[in-house]
Amino acid sequence: MEPVIQLRNINKVYDTGAVRVHALRDVSLQIEPGEFVAIMGASGSGKSTLMNILGCLDRPTSGEYLLDGNDVSQYSKDERADIRNQKIGFVFQGFNLLRRTSTLENIELPLIYGGVPADERLRRSRKALGEVGLGHKEDSHPNQLSGGQQQRVAIARALVNDPSLLLADEPTGNLDSHTAIEIMSVFQRLNRDAGITIVVVTHEPDIAQYARRIVVVKDGRILLDQAVRNRRDAAVELAATVSEPELEATFS
Amino acid sequence: MNFPVLKIALRALARNKGRSALTMLGIVIGVSSVIAMVSLGQGAQKQVQDQIASMGTNLLIVSAGSQRTGGVRGGAGTSTTLTPDDVEAILKNAPAVSQASPSISSSVTLVYGNQNWTTRAEGTDSNYPSIRARDAVSGAFFTDSDVRSAARVAIIGQTLVNQLFLGADPIGQTIRVRNLPFRVVGVLQARGQSQFGQDQDDTMLIPYTTVMKKLQATTYIPTAYFSAASDTLTVDAQQQIGAILRARHNLRQGQVDDFTVRNLTEVAETAAETSKVMTMLLGGIAAVSLLVGGIGIMNIMMVSVTERTREIGIRMAVGARSKAVQYQFLIEALVLGLLGGLIGIVLGLAASFTLAIVFSWPQSISPLAVFGSAIFSMLIGVFFGFYPARKAANLDPIDALRFE
Repeated sequence: MEPVIQLRNINKVYDTGAVRVHALRDVSLQIEPGEFVAIMGASGSGKSTLMNILGCLDRPTSGEYLLDGNDVSQYSKDERADIRNQKIGFVFQGFNLLRRTSTLENIELPLIYGGVPADERLRRSRKALGEVGLGHKEDSHPNQLSGGQQQRVAIARALVNDPSLLLADEPTGNLDSHTAIEIMSVFQRLNRDAGITIVVVTHEPDIAQYARRIVVVKDGRILLDQAVRNRRDAAVELAATVSEPELEATFS
Repeated sequence: MNFPVLKIALRALARNKGRSALTMLGIVIGVSSVIAMVSLGQGAQKQVQDQIASMGTNLLIVSAGSQRTGGVRGGAGTSTTLTPDDVEAILKNAPAVSQASPSISSSVTLVYGNQNWTTRAEGTDSNYPSIRARDAVSGAFFTDSDVRSAARVAIIGQTLVNQLFLGADPIGQTIRVRNLPFRVVGVLQARGQSQFGQDQDDTMLIPYTTVMKKLQATTYIPTAYFSAASDTLTVDAQQQIGAILRARHNLRQGQVDDFTVRNLTEVAETAAETSKVMTMLLGGIAAVSLLVGGIGIMNIMMVSVTERTREIGIRMAVGARSKAVQYQFLIEALVLGLLGGLIGIVLGLAASFTLAIVFSWPQSISPLAVFGSAIFSMLIGVFFGFYPARKAANLDPIDALRFE
């Protein structure tokens, strides 16, 4: 099977005129379908730059980036927009849902830009919402949802166009530890049951423990790339505790 | 591709109803003031035209020329060449002339009871009401047979009613004119002052034959009024009257006219021109406010782009192309312009009707102002939406997502 991601000698240089910042130096990385990778690193390590390039939000200065076998490293702005639309699902730290917009409308946003007909948009959005366990929240607006629920909606939005890669940038950064485990359990389930390739960028070692593989970035280079030992299982941890929000949800 | 973008834009507008409404406000005010101002101006124009028409529709005034006595020329109307027969002949032979009425006036002192009053007695005939657009409001106008028999009947103006009768009903009363008894048969419609400061109610109408035979003992008239058959025939009528009078007065080629023919077209044109300039002025001021409304749209759209930077980032992250973002903002501006324009039209029409009622002016809606400002407001939306839309489209998704 073809790798989802192949980075070959990726360099990224920010040239602000006065200062030249070498954010990534000769980074090479391969991610196979069905992997669950955590990219770790301190701030300034270059992990955000790496994540932007993986997400086709930015272009490398040099090097090759094969996404599903296509070299996307020199794609134009519009071509990258299309690639993001078709092959990448984003989950952000700040959820990044549209305000005053219903859950369902938020989820169908990528499908609208993908030119999917209305009835199919509705069908697929409902399915994605069901997969994150919020089928009863179709018409809620983001401000009526808890942080964990908002992040689930964001995950549903990321999943709705069946992407090759689900890219999460500090997905638990704005959540309390219990809700963070819930979100990680969603990722683990999607990875295990649906075989979705997931890359999580985080600076928390705890969170990285839920992935199968850890890539540590430092000073623009990959410092470490290894399988996770003592992998945590979010579902098991959750079963051990019952959270208050869960209780409320059960009785409401 | 464009259909979903339209939907997105409409949703975005609906999501921010308050801001959308405020943005539209400028256009609403601009469009409605254009419509109201232009209709106000046109109403005024029509009002002026009506006033001029009320001075007598298609009126032509023929005055006898001046008489030359040993090198001294008398004033207009002193020539003794114009007769009631001339008037009769013109009415019969000039196809462009529909009505005629001779006129001869005389200064008289009226006596009723112990009151007296000096005024002008205008001799005319029964065509007076239709030619001069002024009828008797109580009683009745005198008839053709009164004219033929040189009857001593009089229609008096409101000023005379006040001065002689002290406001009492004068119909059927007898007043004395140079010791001749006249029966008052009607009161003339009040007109107030003319534009030249003349009291148009200080007058008395009697048959012209009565003036000629009983008051002045003359066979000539100084003036005659004619109506052209229609507005467009005024010039024709003028020429026909001239030709007939020259023939009847045996004037040879090269000899000057012994009469003058005047019409009110020039007065009407001047007045119409004046109010047209006023309409343009009002419309121009309103157009400026429309422009300001457009700039308002641009301002809000600019603020909106900044405020919604994160939204734009999200849209771009999930695959919106630059053009899709640009179209979204352009359509938002276009819809705001269009919607504002439509609301403005409704308000503008309402304002026009209200103004017309308040000023009791003739209602005049200009289709040009309505459609023009509707199209203009749409263009304004596109024009002033273009820059903010491009600004949105050129945002970098990474920066936009990081924007707080």
